Amino acid sequence: MILSLKLAYRNLIGAGLRTWLSVIVLSMSYVVIIWMQGFLEGWNQQARRDTIEQEIGGGQYWHAHYDPYDSLTLKESHAPAPAVLQSENTAPILIAQATIYPQGRMQSVVLKGIDPAQSVLALLTSALAKKGAYLPVLLGERAAKSANLRVGDQVTVRWRDAHGTYDAREAQVVHIMDTDVPTVDAGTFWVPLEDLRSMLQMPREATLLVVDETFNDPPSLTGWVFRDQTFLLEDFTSMMKMERVSSAIMYTILLALALLAIFDTQVLSIFRRRREIGTLIALGMTRGGVIRLFTIEGALHGVLAVGVAALYGVPLLIWQAHVGLSMPEVVDNYGMAIASTIYPAYSVRLVVGTVLLVMAAVTLISYLPTRRIARLNPTDAIRGKLS
Amino acid sequence: MKKQLLIPFALLTCGAFAQTPSGHSILEKVDANMTSETSITTSKMIIHGRRVSRTIESRSWSTGADNAFTEYLAPARERGTKMLKLGDRLWMYSPDTDRTIQLSGHMLRQSVMGSDLSYEDMMDDPRLAQIYAAEIVGTEAVEERPCWVLQLTANEQDVAYQSRKLWVDQERYVPVREELYAKGGKLLKRINLSGFKRIDERWYPMRMVFKDMLKNGKGTEFIVATIEFNAEIPSHILTKAALRR
Repeated sequence: MILSLKLAYRNLIGAGLRTWLSVIVLSMSYVVIIWMQGFLEGWNQQARRDTIEQEIGGGQYWHAHYDPYDSLTLKESHAPAPAVLQSENTAPILIAQATIYPQGRMQSVVLKGIDPAQSVLALLTSALAKKGAYLPVLLGERAAKSANLRVGDQVTVRWRDAHGTYDAREAQVVHIMDTDVPTVDAGTFWVPLEDLRSMLQMPREATLLVVDETFNDPPSLTGWVFRDQTFLLEDFTSMMKMERVSSAIMYTILLALALLAIFDTQVLSIFRRRREIGTLIALGMTRGGVIRLFTIEGALHGVLAVGVAALYGVPLLIWQAHVGLSMPEVVDNYGMAIASTIYPAYSVRLVVGTVLLVMAAVTLISYLPTRRIARLNPTDAIRGKLS
Repeated sequence: MKKQLLIPFALLTCGAFAQTPSGHSILEKVDANMTSETSITTSKMIIHGRRVSRTIESRSWSTGADNAFTEYLAPARERGTKMLKLGDRLWMYSPDTDRTIQLSGHMLRQSVMGSDLSYEDMMDDPRLAQIYAAEIVGTEAVEERPCWVLQLTANEQDVAYQSRKLWVDQERYVPVREELYAKGGKLLKRINLSGFKRIDERWYPMRMVFKDMLKNGKGTEFIVATIEFNAEIPSHILTKAALRR
């Protein structure tokens, strides 16, 4: 085995530029696969963390009729918040639809009432504690941009109360928050919970209640359904799965190109070295031994590629993890949680897994052309013939 | 002698009261003019935008205040678009996509084709005397016609506008101006009605200008070309199946 390794290594290095070209292409596969997977993992971690902190907490109790994808349900999905959940580790939210008139334009928004003193969600709701003649409003950058509003601006808000009667009031923007979670931002006006309850004539009512991460064993409550983090992150999880599949397609193409180069190298090598193969068999080397020698030669491409990839890939990936990758503004409209800068996250499992996967693929692809050697007649091979 | 003087005074006073009907009776007469069991209308809606105005022609069939079917006739881009209102539900059919969608939530608050009317407003067509208590708060001349100014306050909770102000022609019992207020007292909409025409036993405004007071713009004109009251409407028209025909 050691002899085969030494021979294979000597042959490989002896092939010169041909070897290094294949090694460089293969090393790029390592780097790109690790980079892409690290990018997705970084995005995944950041989006989950931000969504949990700013939107879903440790889970949510939804009113039995509430369906976030069906605005028709909003009219019926409110009820007095259960007494058992009225503690510091829950944040009741009341949701209603409304119309705003920024600069005389008409625009639909969703009013979300939240307690300014809540500490369950990492939103700057304390800004809503401001008292005055105007209804204080907290909104995200997307909503502010869409309505062309700045801090201090006033806007008329019109809504219908629990009985369907129109009412209107002047609101003032007290804070604009920078959030990566579009569902707490786009088209949403956060207002003080008690103000909204009074506006809608829904005292003590809520549409949903967010519980914090310390909340264990959620009790079953009549008229309310508990949605855990897995359920609330289901859409994001599905989207990440899709993203992983699409990125897998990309790096499979890249890997296929590198493997094709190695396959060609192996085929060419067997053709050019048929006399050598015949001599080795004539001298007593088994066909299995020759096949092993050529397979090891091919597989060594993968080992050399790990070294080359480490040379330029490690500094590149560390630098990328440090500075992150700035996302274009257009991703804001994708409707999913994406930070303005995503920092790739590389794990040992990811690096080792990628190396093993590529090594396995290289070894397999190196073995395939060598099967011809098994059918080779040594005398024909010495004479330069391939049967 | 005193008695002789008092009798003509009492008669005069009674006469004066008899000439000023109550707010409720005015509203009933307004409803009698403005509403009907059924109606078939051909109309034009002129939407005044910032730069240009657009005219949309339509034909509507309605029964009472609850059910209505509208088909857009012009311009070519809107032709064939249909809307059906049954109770508090509204569907819209678009010939371009050959699909019917039920309008809900925020879509009901959008303006109808950029006009000053939202889909919700179009669904709201109450008989005023049934849901408002009316008080005469003054008299005023509008377009040189003497009008009563009525302050309407809802006497039930499930009503779109808590209060309204109505200027009613003293002779024809038709509203010439209407203002719709939010519960907090903010003026939301103003409607100016004109071009009154005698149709059968009633007076009816052939031109209405709607203005959303919270929105910029010159408002939306609604011009009635033809209107037929209490006409027979085939039952198949007010069905979802009619949207795709």
